[in-house]
Amino acid sequence: MINYIIRRLLLLIPVFIGVSLLAFSLLRLIPGDPAKSMLGNKATAAQLQSLRLELGLDDPLPVQYKDYMEDVFQGDLGYSIKSHDSVLEEISTRLPATLELSVVALIFAIVIGVLAGIISAVKRNSWFDHVSMTGALFGVSMPIFWLGLMMIWLFSVTLHWLPPSGRLSVGVHLQLITNIYLLDSLLTGNWQAFKDSFEHILMPALALGTIPMAVIARMTRSSMLEVLNQDFIRTAHAKGLAKYLIIFQHALKNAFLPILTVIGSQFGFLLGGAVLTETIFSWPGVGRYVYQSILSRDYPVVQSTILIIAVLFVLINLITDILYKYFDPRIRYD
Amino acid sequence: MKRKQYVMILALIMSLLLIATGCSSGKDAATQDNGNGGTTAADNSKSNGNKTLVFGRGADSVQLDPSKVTDGESMYVTNQIYDTLVRYKQENTEVKPALATDWQTSDDGKVWTFHLRKAVKFHDGTDFNADAVVYNFKRWTKSADFVYYGYMFGASKDNMKGIISDVEAADDYTVKFTLSEPNAPFLQTLAMPPFGIASPTAIKKYGDNYFKHPVGTGPFIFDSWVKDDKITLHKNKEYFGQVADVDKVIFRVIPDNSARFMELQAGTIDVMDGLNPEDMQKVTDDSNLKIVSRPSMNVAYMAMNTSKKGPMSNKKVRQAINMAIDKKKLMSLYQGIGKEAKNPMPPSLWGYNDDVKDYSYNVEEAKKLLAEAGYGDGFTMNLYTMTNPRPYMPQPKLTAEAIQQMLKDVNIKVNIVENDWDTHLAKTEDGEHDAALMGWTGDNGDPDNFLYVLLDKDNAKKGSAGNIAFYKNDQVHDLLKKGQITMDQNDRTEIYKQVQEIVHNDAPWVPIAYTTPPMAVNKKVMDYVPHPTGSEPFNYIKLK
Repeated sequence: MINYIIRRLLLLIPVFIGVSLLAFSLLRLIPGDPAKSMLGNKATAAQLQSLRLELGLDDPLPVQYKDYMEDVFQGDLGYSIKSHDSVLEEISTRLPATLELSVVALIFAIVIGVLAGIISAVKRNSWFDHVSMTGALFGVSMPIFWLGLMMIWLFSVTLHWLPPSGRLSVGVHLQLITNIYLLDSLLTGNWQAFKDSFEHILMPALALGTIPMAVIARMTRSSMLEVLNQDFIRTAHAKGLAKYLIIFQHALKNAFLPILTVIGSQFGFLLGGAVLTETIFSWPGVGRYVYQSILSRDYPVVQSTILIIAVLFVLINLITDILYKYFDPRIRYD
Repeated sequence: MKRKQYVMILALIMSLLLIATGCSSGKDAATQDNGNGGTTAADNSKSNGNKTLVFGRGADSVQLDPSKVTDGESMYVTNQIYDTLVRYKQENTEVKPALATDWQTSDDGKVWTFHLRKAVKFHDGTDFNADAVVYNFKRWTKSADFVYYGYMFGASKDNMKGIISDVEAADDYTVKFTLSEPNAPFLQTLAMPPFGIASPTAIKKYGDNYFKHPVGTGPFIFDSWVKDDKITLHKNKEYFGQVADVDKVIFRVIPDNSARFMELQAGTIDVMDGLNPEDMQKVTDDSNLKIVSRPSMNVAYMAMNTSKKGPMSNKKVRQAINMAIDKKKLMSLYQGIGKEAKNPMPPSLWGYNDDVKDYSYNVEEAKKLLAEAGYGDGFTMNLYTMTNPRPYMPQPKLTAEAIQQMLKDVNIKVNIVENDWDTHLAKTEDGEHDAALMGWTGDNGDPDNFLYVLLDKDNAKKGSAGNIAFYKNDQVHDLLKKGQITMDQNDRTEIYKQVQEIVHNDAPWVPIAYTTPPMAVNKKVMDYVPHPTGSEPFNYIKLK
């Protein structure tokens, strides 16, 4: 097991180099000049030139890549061309915001998705099955943009139940530790901030979680259906086990592997796919930041953030793989 | 076993949180600093009052050191924190005393002496004096990073000072500028937010991180900055000018225009920038909201390349094209935020010539002129346009297509060439086009900043042309040069009016529109007067 984890972690190195090379070259393929986009059309030719020199943009591409990777391996992710701040600092507030949103969205997606999937499978062809699976179909095809605006209109503008966007209300104070507001308010025992940040995260997390929720529900249903038809379930029934025990203890555990795979990949999707949700709900996360940085050709920011997300992705996959063993002890990693 | 699963899932979540924590590298993070080392998500309000103005906008500031940026979102905030030597009047671009109480110019216009306001303190408690002014101006000559200094004062690699050859403190409260050549717009330029005077002590203290810890003398004091989320300021009770009525200002980033409008409807923000024109009716219908329009300081135009052999070099053709374009129709593409233009500078600037009579839309007359010029059978021309909307032109592509249709009526066949903004700039500066859609947003509210930059022969050099009509008229050049060294504003006004008359007659452009970007505000916000330069200090605003 330990060997396996080490092997997987070593695999990070080629992933690292591959992703960095890809991000580096793709960025330079799109037309545009970071110096120009930073200084705007008011800059003189001399200013542009001196900025390009300063940023090393006149060096040959292989030299630029080599310089960049040397810095990265020394733990220096570079500086934003636009803001002059270090990339690490730039994402220190944004990555936690995105993680918080993604995790809460995933929790919604898992809880509601798995439950709906189970009930649909157990009561197959019932009205609940039809309604929830039709709902799931709508869910996977729902444009987040539209859904988000409708939610704000309904719950904030019309009903005044929830705050329209942002992370914390004006006037609510919170001592920041991790920049994950829900966690920070728990750690400092600040219940007012916890309630407020929970109210803020509710709509964006639901909007973001809609598609994964639908995918998980459909996967749970089909996987459960398969397991429920197997002999050992019939045996369990014959033994007279309680129905809920059969479903949760025996069937779900056996049906969970494909669901877990979907959850793992959906989490990656959440980390990368949050741009729209972050835009609609003014969530100051990393998705929107990378998007803006691509527009302004902020090379160091885009490269390094993509690297970090790629590493997170690999780690999530690794954790998913390790979790497999706990659902199916027959799996061996050696 | 079951318990183990929960433990693992919990471990998964916890490890993710740990990763996130690892990424937030401590207290002095991008969030901000409130002066005493603590990091709070909300502001830590130092003023006791509770009148808070929440301003919703589409993007965050880039840096809070205005000398290093060009984006309006940065200027919006720094305009509250810093003062300049002189400031613009509330409703137009004339200047009034600010950190300088009065000033004199030498007869040759090369030496400017400013007397500074006494007993002013920076927000960090240090004294504002002549040394601080000199320190700031010297700092701006040290690197090409100080974009606006280089641009407005003509700095180059070999001469980082540009036209300001010397700045010295004559005594504690007197600063003397020596210019290498007379520059009439100098005073107007000093009023621009990029030239806000910062505390030298704070600049030295924070070094490269100064832009996250701005310290000025302005009506509001910086509290905190959560990037992409909000910037919080509180009022400066010791302000030398009008002390603000609002106690706290929060700039919130709400990227989507529709979502921002719903925030305004929900009452969670008080002012919104960037209202969709199609939402204007909803604002009018809402009893809690009202529209305020920012006076225009821009102009959208179609430049005709007068340096190209062929029809465009013929004045009659250009006049005919002016007559063949129905501006009223083009205004429908502006959805109520545009006003037909007739001059190369907007009416909010002093020196605007309202006596110029615009070419009226007249297809028959246009045809007659074209026939006189020898183009009665028409000709083919290309029209370069940008793909993305600009503040002065919300729908460039549709505008180009409308012009194409209109010119068809006078037998001119238009081929539209579309490029993204950067490419469009490069190609038109190179003079590739027969005609091109373009626009300009003013910097300092001086007519020179429109007329000289966009229509003087000095700026008609291929590769870096501001004058993409490549319009060269010696009389205009002489007048504009005279305007730069004439210190009396009344005399200058006469000069610029004359220039507008000549330009109108030579018709290197079809002036299209001046836009007045609408903002929506809650009715409890009183006395909100948007300034043509794009940002205004909030100390005059009252909150009901």
